[in-house]
Amino acid sequence: MITRRKFLKYSLIGAAGMAVPTGLTVVHGGTPEEAKKKGLRWVFLVDTHKCVGCGLCVKACKQENEIPYDANVSRTWVERYVVTKDGKVHADSPKAARDGFTSPDIDEGHGHKRVIKPEDISKAFFVPKLCNQCENPPCVQVCPVGATYQAKDGVVLVDRTWCIGCGYCIMACPYGVRFFHPVYHTAEKCTFCYHRLGAGMKPACVDACPFGARRIGNLLDPNDPVTRIIEDERVSVLKEEYGTKPQVYYIGLSKEVK
Amino acid sequence: MVHGEIWTLKELFTYPNEYIYWSVQIVMYPFMTGLVAGAFVLSSLYHVFGIKELKEIARFALVFSFALLFAAPMPIMLHLQYPFRGINVMMTPHFTSAIAAFGIVFFTYGAIVASELWFLYRKHFVVKALALRELQDKNMIQWLEYLLYCTLTLGVYDVSEEALHRDEKAIKVLAGVGIPVACFLHGYAGFIFGSVKANALWMTPLMPVIFIMSAIVSGIALCMLTYIVVMEYRKFMIKRARKPWQMSLEEVKGAEMHVVKMTSKYLVLFLVLAITLELLDLIFRGYTAVKSWDVLRTVIYERDFYDIFIMQYGIGNLIPLILFLVPGLTVKRSILGVLLVLFGVFMMRWNVVIGGQAFSLTFAGFMHYTLPIIPHDWETFKEGLGGALSIFAMPFVLFYLISYVFPVFGDAKQEH
Ligand code: SF4
Ligand code: SF4
Repeated sequence: MITRRKFLKYSLIGAAGMAVPTGLTVVHGGTPEEAKKKGLRWVFLVDTHKCVGCGLCVKACKQENEIPYDANVSRTWVERYVVTKDGKVHADSPKAARDGFTSPDIDEGHGHKRVIKPEDISKAFFVPKLCNQCENPPCVQVCPVGATYQAKDGVVLVDRTWCIGCGYCIMACPYGVRFFHPVYHTAEKCTFCYHRLGAGMKPACVDACPFGARRIGNLLDPNDPVTRIIEDERVSVLKEEYGTKPQVYYIGLSKEVK
Repeated sequence: MVHGEIWTLKELFTYPNEYIYWSVQIVMYPFMTGLVAGAFVLSSLYHVFGIKELKEIARFALVFSFALLFAAPMPIMLHLQYPFRGINVMMTPHFTSAIAAFGIVFFTYGAIVASELWFLYRKHFVVKALALRELQDKNMIQWLEYLLYCTLTLGVYDVSEEALHRDEKAIKVLAGVGIPVACFLHGYAGFIFGSVKANALWMTPLMPVIFIMSAIVSGIALCMLTYIVVMEYRKFMIKRARKPWQMSLEEVKGAEMHVVKMTSKYLVLFLVLAITLELLDLIFRGYTAVKSWDVLRTVIYERDFYDIFIMQYGIGNLIPLILFLVPGLTVKRSILGVLLVLFGVFMMRWNVVIGGQAFSLTFAGFMHYTLPIIPHDWETFKEGLGGALSIFAMPFVLFYLISYVFPVFGDAKQEH
């Protein structure tokens, strides 16, 4: 990737002398060499037992990453699952759960609400979602210009100055993580708050969660508490069947989770 | 507002970021490349396999394919959020992506069509250029014409029998090479969809083949349609005032009907192939009934039933099949038939592209697309009815212009 970008940079200057898009010179944050030396692979751990669906993570994410507050898209979101005694699964994520789940009724789109009586419920829980920073990311595979790429530490990023806005990556992600940024009009996604990671901080959602449902760690560091949980306990990932090798691990997933 | 939100209605449980991101222009894209590929294959049937019956429509189809070629990338341009960055695909092609090869395939194909056209029209250019050179007191327009034709000859003025014979050979080779390239151009459009593993409806290795078959169907249909329109126009002109060197009305009528009948045979052949493959795909999905089948079944048999079974298979496939198979084909019936076929192929693209986004990645929700009809900003124009119609009209306008330089029927009187 680097060599192609460099090659392009020089050939552009040589060929037309046209303005070089600044994105071509962007370094993949946190320098890949450093990442390799240290042995760095960012992973995420979500403990669904701890999530109460307050939506503080979504709020924090929107603000941190400048996703227009009222736009109906979000880099991260929380889903609510309500399974009734007749075996039916009802799920929703109104406004990506930015304001939490303020109504017990399930939002079915079009302004439809499904009222479920508390005595009919057999189980209910919340599942936070974000980009899985897949080890084998289809979104990177399909980008025709290489604007979506994977850093050495595993995080998948989008170069806003190079994305042509074809939407192929949006189609290719099995998790519905991507969207077009309402202001920049380029492909947008969760980056584990890459800018914060580079500065030694944690992602905004991790910091915002009052219950510790979201955690970040380095899979290549055997002493990292997150890594130890992933290695020692029973964890699962979403939609394994797509072969994407997702790197957001879950505790307490249930078969109803989509 | 988020891109896609304005024309997407979400129902039941969908992920928050899901919208119909690929809208009508992505329906137009395979539709248009399909027409290009189909028109080319039709013209090659004559040049390569020597199917004499297609002689007259072959030249016509080639010129039309050239006109369509310019229109084919336009839907993508209207779809991209950053159309002016489209050139990035050529600068940093990322070859793991199916779209990345577009530029290369497209230009290879363009070069083949252009050179084949050149060999086909070389004699015409030379004759024109020489005639204009002789002409004394050229006016401005004639000077420009002279320059144009001189340029088009590329400096080759040898039109001896021998040279023309070599031209024919070259055309044959180019047409032969062109068939696989045309199929590749379009099969690869099918691959763009067929390889998206996240999309349960799209993912099938049959997709490229289905696309090629329906492409040929649509290309033949469009060529027939335009051919009939042009012939009707000629008939009309002859009726009004026949010039002594023109064919008589009956002759034109006879020639027209002959070509239409012959071409329609190939149309029916490819139409049957296309339908067979599509049905195979459908049956296979139902029979294997993997995880996604529940939601697909709801989309195919309930929500999109009308679009798929009435509009596409019924009106777009079955009725034209009957129209062409019932003996005693007439021009009027052919016009209706090819119009319906074109509509059917369009609906097939629609049902793939829009239908593929009609259900959520959760398999527990649906999305409904409403085509913006009255635009209220640039986005709803370009990704709405207006944009789609403009794209559809484009090749006809281009064909009209191009046929000044590449006369499609100019030599007809010498040939007969
Ligand atoms: S979750 Fe989606 S956007 Fe994220 S890396 Fe995987 S495929 Fe790409
Ligand atoms: S939308 Fe942008 S990042 Fe996504 S595939 Fe297209 S060019 Fe690449």
